[in-house]
Amino acid sequence: MAETLVVPQNPVEQFLRMDRIPHIWCPGCGIGTSVNSFAHALIEAKVDLKNLAIVSGIGCTGRVAGYVNLDSFHTTHGRAIPFATGLKLANPKLNVVVYSGDGDLFAIGGNHLIHAARRNVDLKVVCINNLIYAMTGGQTAPTTPGSVVTSTNPYGTYDPAFNLPYLVEAAGAVYVARWTAFHVKQLARSMQEMFAKKGFSFIEVLSPCPTLYQRRNKMGDGLDTMKFYKQVSKVRNGAPTSEVGLTKSGEIVVGKFVDRERHDYGFLMHDTLAGALGDDYAETECCSCQ
Amino acid sequence: MAKGSVQIVVERCKACGFCVEFCPTHVLALSSAFNAKGYHTPYMSHPEKCSGCDLCGMYCPDFAIFGFKEPAPAKEAEPLTKGEKDGNSAQDGVLAPGATEVLKEAQDAR
Amino acid sequence: MHADPAGVLTGTHFLDGDHACCEGALAAGARFSSGYPITPSTEVVERFASRIPTVGGTFIQMEDELAASITLQGAVWAGAKAFTVTSGPGFSLMMEHIGYAAMTETPCVFVDVQRGGPSTGLPTLPAQADMMQVRWGSHGDYAVIALCPNSPQECFDLTITAFNMAEKYRCPVFVMLDEVVGHMTEKVVIPAAEEIEIQPRRYTKLPPKEFLAYKPDETLVPDMPPVGEGYNVHVTGLTHDERGYPDMRPGVQDKLVKRLVEKITKNVDDIVLYEQDQIEGADVVVVSYGITSRVAQRAIEMARNKGIKVGKFRLITAWPFPERQIAEIAAKTKALVVPELNLGQMVREVERAAAGKCAVRLVSHAGGSVHKPEDILQVIEEVTRG
Repeated sequence: MAETLVVPQNPVEQFLRMDRIPHIWCPGCGIGTSVNSFAHALIEAKVDLKNLAIVSGIGCTGRVAGYVNLDSFHTTHGRAIPFATGLKLANPKLNVVVYSGDGDLFAIGGNHLIHAARRNVDLKVVCINNLIYAMTGGQTAPTTPGSVVTSTNPYGTYDPAFNLPYLVEAAGAVYVARWTAFHVKQLARSMQEMFAKKGFSFIEVLSPCPTLYQRRNKMGDGLDTMKFYKQVSKVRNGAPTSEVGLTKSGEIVVGKFVDRERHDYGFLMHDTLAGALGDDYAETECCSCQ
Repeated sequence: MAKGSVQIVVERCKACGFCVEFCPTHVLALSSAFNAKGYHTPYMSHPEKCSGCDLCGMYCPDFAIFGFKEPAPAKEAEPLTKGEKDGNSAQDGVLAPGATEVLKEAQDAR
Repeated sequence: MHADPAGVLTGTHFLDGDHACCEGALAAGARFSSGYPITPSTEVVERFASRIPTVGGTFIQMEDELAASITLQGAVWAGAKAFTVTSGPGFSLMMEHIGYAAMTETPCVFVDVQRGGPSTGLPTLPAQADMMQVRWGSHGDYAVIALCPNSPQECFDLTITAFNMAEKYRCPVFVMLDEVVGHMTEKVVIPAAEEIEIQPRRYTKLPPKEFLAYKPDETLVPDMPPVGEGYNVHVTGLTHDERGYPDMRPGVQDKLVKRLVEKITKNVDDIVLYEQDQIEGADVVVVSYGITSRVAQRAIEMARNKGIKVGKFRLITAWPFPERQIAEIAAKTKALVVPELNLGQMVREVERAAAGKCAVRLVSHAGGSVHKPEDILQVIEEVTRG
């Protein structure tokens, strides 16, 4: 009997729309790396894929929605979170992930982010932070550290940058972590924890942007940045988020910073309405029409 | 006998070097050969050291490599049917010796 | 199918337009709204917030109109019929997401209770100056449906029509009130649920492996996939192919965008609603909509009492514009008089459709109050004298 070759399949591929691979991301970009962690987290957490929906905004990271083989929504710039809020509130059975970039979530989308965190809407937010607006050619983002060269700050940035974990914790998130694209295993573990968490959960993932951020600032290629992450990252679980701000070449504090309990928005809403209306409250599993 | 091996989808590789750098047992190296896009793709320069941990797979931003624990059968893996949907297929002689290459079908293989 | 009785407040009521609109939405099956307060529209969602917990559904007040206009679309994809309400400044903020709804073919309803503009304008006073904006406000080529109620009863009825058309044509549909229609209180009869026809969501009957999310049927509209059932839907605002995957090639853009427009224009006879009266033999026909049509009605009566042969054409559907009907009327009459609470918006469509076959006279009004019937009568008399 002829020996048949059983070719194992990359476990990540089951989560990808293989008819759209190869993707558009640059050599050395960390977005694809984060998707591996995401896939592994889905496997480990045994997430029910039918009820998983992923929502992205606009940008390089925003393209993730188009490559994953789930109910996926590629929405408008900055508005992935309100779209995801609508999905979740109208069908609470859905497990809703928002996968988008730093510019999309914190500049144009900043207002929506803080309100969703304030409300503690049960969303899992993965923010790939490449410190730049990459898709549009490398403009300054609210996370771009100073002083670096970008296409809209050709003489060097002078905008102070957001400390994302600090901002998100202050707004009300129940789970806040930061990893880099180098920390593939820890990132997968954090994502796994996030799936099990109820409430507004946020993971920042630092990623190289070799084509724009790194190249314009002579910081080498993607691999150089990954080695830089390995070198300067310090795992400090539970570190105060006020102390984890980033600089151009200084220490990167990574870890799980916040993991706390707060009632999520769905609970608050139902609790109040049930309390006020008693038997008249028409509690529904979801708002769907026929 | 190695505890693991890797599969490389040569045509997807963009030679970022992550897998080579972060393999904990330094199994991989970039070959002198290159794929249709001109990237020097990795190959197992020390296959005996592979544990099948799949860290290479977790690092790869292009889903071009992954590791697995059961080793492949003793003989060299043969390419499966046709090339990838983008029409690029590896040419004989372009690949470095020792490279394990799989030309995957698209999603309908599942 | 018939309306779900849970949302139908059967009976005879004394309601203003805003409140009647809310009841229309509930009767139509709306079970989700995301809103943001803006005068003179806020009462619609205030009532919804009060009613929906006992009907079964969700209201959320979002942080701005940018959020409100997209949150409802997430709810639509999750399976709900959803809507929002706004007025001028909020309407302007919603434009990007109107385009997103058009591009992704998301069935949804937007209610604009028009007020004086531009900018902050006259928050508590009427205008009809968003009529071109509703058609052209978002960037790119797409088509919408816009309905103009002229009474609280019509606010109820046409909101149901709006939801039905949204589901049938998978596009954003607009109910264009104005502050007076929104705040005038009149008798509203809400029938029994069995008497209200509802268009259900056109979910596909095909299994996931065979289904193509953006492959249209013979009416040029694709069936909708359910979310959460393994269809692995992909929805994007990028130009996309029949699978819903982004595709930048020129042929794809041409095919998609033309279909987005043609699914409305080719179905115009099914969509267009109007009311006409004494057109045959008329020397002049008054073309109006919304609150202005109530004033115009008075002016028409005054003119007829003076022996002038005046016809009436009331736009109930403003978009798609009833070109064919106006063209036919223009061929048979000497003049069209178009009163509107703006400096000339729908009159441009009337002129275009009339194509020079008769005179077209605008009776403009910058907004802030309604026309006096005498203003319209005066122009009717002028055109018949000339």
